[in-house]
Amino acid sequence: MSHVIQDRPVRSATPATLTRGGLPRWAPAGIAALSAALGCGIGLAADLHSKVQWGLLAAILFVLITYTASSVVENRRQAKDRVATSMVWVCFVLAVVPLLSLIWTTVSRGLKVLDAYFLTHSMKGVVGFQPGGGVYHALLGTIEQVLLATLIAAPIGLLTAVYLVEYGRGSLAKAVTFFVDVMTGIPSIVAGLFILTTWNLMLGFGPSGFAGSMALAILMMPVVVRSTEEMLKLVPNELREASLALGVPKWRTILKVVLPTAIGGIATGVMLAVARITGETAPIMLLVFGSQLINNNPFEGAQSSLPLYIWEQYKVGSADSYDRAWAAALVLIAFVMILNLVARGIARWKAPKTGR
Amino acid sequence: MAKRIDVSGLSAFYGNHKAIDDISMTIEPRSVTAFIGPSGCGKSTFLRTLNRMHEVTPGGRVEGKVLLDDENLYGANVDPVAVRRTVGMVFQRPNPFPTMSIFDNVAAGLRLNGTVKKSELGDVVERSLKGANLWNEVKDRLNKPGSGLSGGQQQRLCIARAIAVEPQVLLMDEPCSALDPISTLAIEDLIGELKERFTIVIVTHNMQQAARVSDRTAFFNLAAVGQPGKLIEIDETERIFSNPSVQATEDYISGRFG
Amino acid sequence: MSFTPTQIDTAPPVSRSEQSTGRAGDKIFSGLSKGSGILLLVIMASIAAFLTYRAVLALSKNEGNFLTTFDWNASANPPVFGIAVLLFGTVVSSIIAMVIAVPVAVGIALFISHYAPRRLAGPLAYVVDLLAAVPSIIYGIWGALFLVPQLGGLNLWLDEYFGWTYVFDKTQVGVARSLFTVGILLAIMILPIVTSVSREVFRQVPRMNEEAALALGATRWEVVRMAVLPFGRSGVISASMLGLGRALGETMAVATVLSPSFLISLHVLNPGGGTFAQNIAAKFDEANEFGRDALIASGLVLFLLTLLVNGAARFIIARHKEFSGANA
Repeated sequence: MSHVIQDRPVRSATPATLTRGGLPRWAPAGIAALSAALGCGIGLAADLHSKVQWGLLAAILFVLITYTASSVVENRRQAKDRVATSMVWVCFVLAVVPLLSLIWTTVSRGLKVLDAYFLTHSMKGVVGFQPGGGVYHALLGTIEQVLLATLIAAPIGLLTAVYLVEYGRGSLAKAVTFFVDVMTGIPSIVAGLFILTTWNLMLGFGPSGFAGSMALAILMMPVVVRSTEEMLKLVPNELREASLALGVPKWRTILKVVLPTAIGGIATGVMLAVARITGETAPIMLLVFGSQLINNNPFEGAQSSLPLYIWEQYKVGSADSYDRAWAAALVLIAFVMILNLVARGIARWKAPKTGR
Repeated sequence: MAKRIDVSGLSAFYGNHKAIDDISMTIEPRSVTAFIGPSGCGKSTFLRTLNRMHEVTPGGRVEGKVLLDDENLYGANVDPVAVRRTVGMVFQRPNPFPTMSIFDNVAAGLRLNGTVKKSELGDVVERSLKGANLWNEVKDRLNKPGSGLSGGQQQRLCIARAIAVEPQVLLMDEPCSALDPISTLAIEDLIGELKERFTIVIVTHNMQQAARVSDRTAFFNLAAVGQPGKLIEIDETERIFSNPSVQATEDYISGRFG
Repeated sequence: MSFTPTQIDTAPPVSRSEQSTGRAGDKIFSGLSKGSGILLLVIMASIAAFLTYRAVLALSKNEGNFLTTFDWNASANPPVFGIAVLLFGTVVSSIIAMVIAVPVAVGIALFISHYAPRRLAGPLAYVVDLLAAVPSIIYGIWGALFLVPQLGGLNLWLDEYFGWTYVFDKTQVGVARSLFTVGILLAIMILPIVTSVSREVFRQVPRMNEEAALALGATRWEVVRMAVLPFGRSGVISASMLGLGRALGETMAVATVLSPSFLISLHVLNPGGGTFAQNIAAKFDEANEFGRDALIASGLVLFLLTLLVNGAARFIIARHKEFSGANA
């Protein structure tokens, strides 16, 4: 066959030479510094108030100068490549700045009134726009509500995942899978409205921590199902077969072999789900109502919760209430972050030890 | 079309670990050169230094010279992108782009340079697929995904993709190790045809294959695990397999180790 | 993945008496797990049913047109309310959020998976995952107390240079408590989740596909365009839809930042407008029982909207399956 190919005129697209002009290695860093300086300079000269504009100017200049320099010194493909690289860096910086600012603002403003007093006192007898008071009642409410929600959602979620992975066949399993996905997308306020409709409006119960827990449980279930499912699928079939071959019934195989193998990942998934619902505000607002006082009983009467407390303090709108809002935000972030870190710690510690 | 490769004093590293040490050899144009040797002797690493793919691995770096005709691949201002454009490569496992059709897979390299007109693209794709002995099998389904082909067909698709850009040199890294004997035979026949146009370097674990397809054979070995690989000898394939000048080569070929 | 054989030891020795309980135990256990699955379905069905029931109650007494009335006086007598403004505000703010967040998130995901120095990439991915867990109320107060003042200058700028586009024409004076600011805040909020899902997909691009592109003489950008982006496309779409779902249903971040009004205006820099979730949060406290039903009706529309988005995502992913690389 080769002769057929050979007698065609072959027009080589190979570049004549392997070398090309190149920008020096420090070019990206240099251009970045130059554009940052130019951005600040123009910002100062034109008297632009917000630093947002300075940053955007610098970012645009960075991409433009990179493209120009590269297309002059190098070739078009190289210029495109460099523009892509610089855009990716710009994206990264664009995203990191607000996120760092968020953390920084919360920490720096939150530390102002955050102390032992703040953590151990409620808002009893404190006038909203004046200093004083604390977050104890809200912290207590959050912990109780989240605990209850977990007690409802974790077993149901876990068993559903077991059903999907170990037993699920046919149309019922397909329907469950589909609706778990749908459930993941339910806005939290809709979950709140649902409990409001059934529990409060139809059954006539008043606001309580437990009502909030049920809404949180609805939000938590699909997350637990998904993560548990993933973990159970990672358990190799050989383990199941080895156990079944020993004559162990299936349910004991699942309880004693499959679940223990995946327990690290499952725990991580549950804790991440807990962290997620801890910050939910909307359903709590509809169902738990909010309170300035300590209410130990989640089954009766209005309670508070951290996110709701932040919202209330924000709405008061005085400098002192803002201080409290930030401090509570810091407590909430710390709470969520600790949960996250512990969860990821478990994941790493309990990770199945692979052969290599 | 094809170019000669002159390697002198080449060493390659992964971080601080030296993978191959001080290799010098000449690879003739329009011929097939086979690299053989035990696992871990650095033959694949060496192959990847010939088109600057080694430095893509995190921590990978190279010392020494590789001359393509008279141009040093590792010289100042050399663009690795242009090097890889000139020295094509086929990998151990067939790796067509899963998101592209068969046609787009072959055209992928051509589109990068933008030098080929749309109207000519079809011709070049057809010619390349014919060159890879795949045209008759896929001409009716050029718009189907490449990942739907069998392993052997996928590998020939990858060869078509590599030769479509008309490289000077074609590197093959154990191209048949993931294939069945019949597909292997098809690829070996193809290599025989391709060597009339390209300089071909092939790494293989299979000594019969080296004996069947190559004109010259290089034997690599390593002193011990963890030591860098070295070139033991390179010679006419016939001589390597019948009367090698180094004892270690004979031991390896006769199956005493490796 | 190969497991160490010691893990099989977790299977305890089984005695005869335990084996005899196997049958019953199996039945109970499989029944329990099946029951949980069914319970989930029941919950979903009742959410739809009960919300619809209350919504129908509300609609039957509505004196306005539910779809076209620009007003929300559901607790008044007679009640008049319509979702036009809410639908508009929800969709517009989410679109702004997507337009900003998706490209940036893809950029960050690429940065982490393909561009960042390796020592930086690991910790970065970790930080992004942590940021995905920051509660929305905190984004809300940060947006209202920090971002709104910062965006004043940007708004003036857009008005001055892009006012001719109509969209960026700021016709009202006032702080930046606008749909545009809401969109930016929502974009910042959904960045981490879209980034971390996209990053996972990009990381799964087979190394050999990238090497194939490199060996053809592709630059890094061309490798990304040939091998990484096409492979990750459906993943990025589903990540975006996940983000869109969150943006559509977000309550607190919108409620804190927006100064609501029942107007529809494409001048997105003007303060005003509203979203479904924000309206529920704002009107809930003062609503009587009928007012709550009306809010539930709007919640049902929000629910259907998110269902629609999820369905669309699924459809798009299914359509790209043949070329998804899943069988590679």
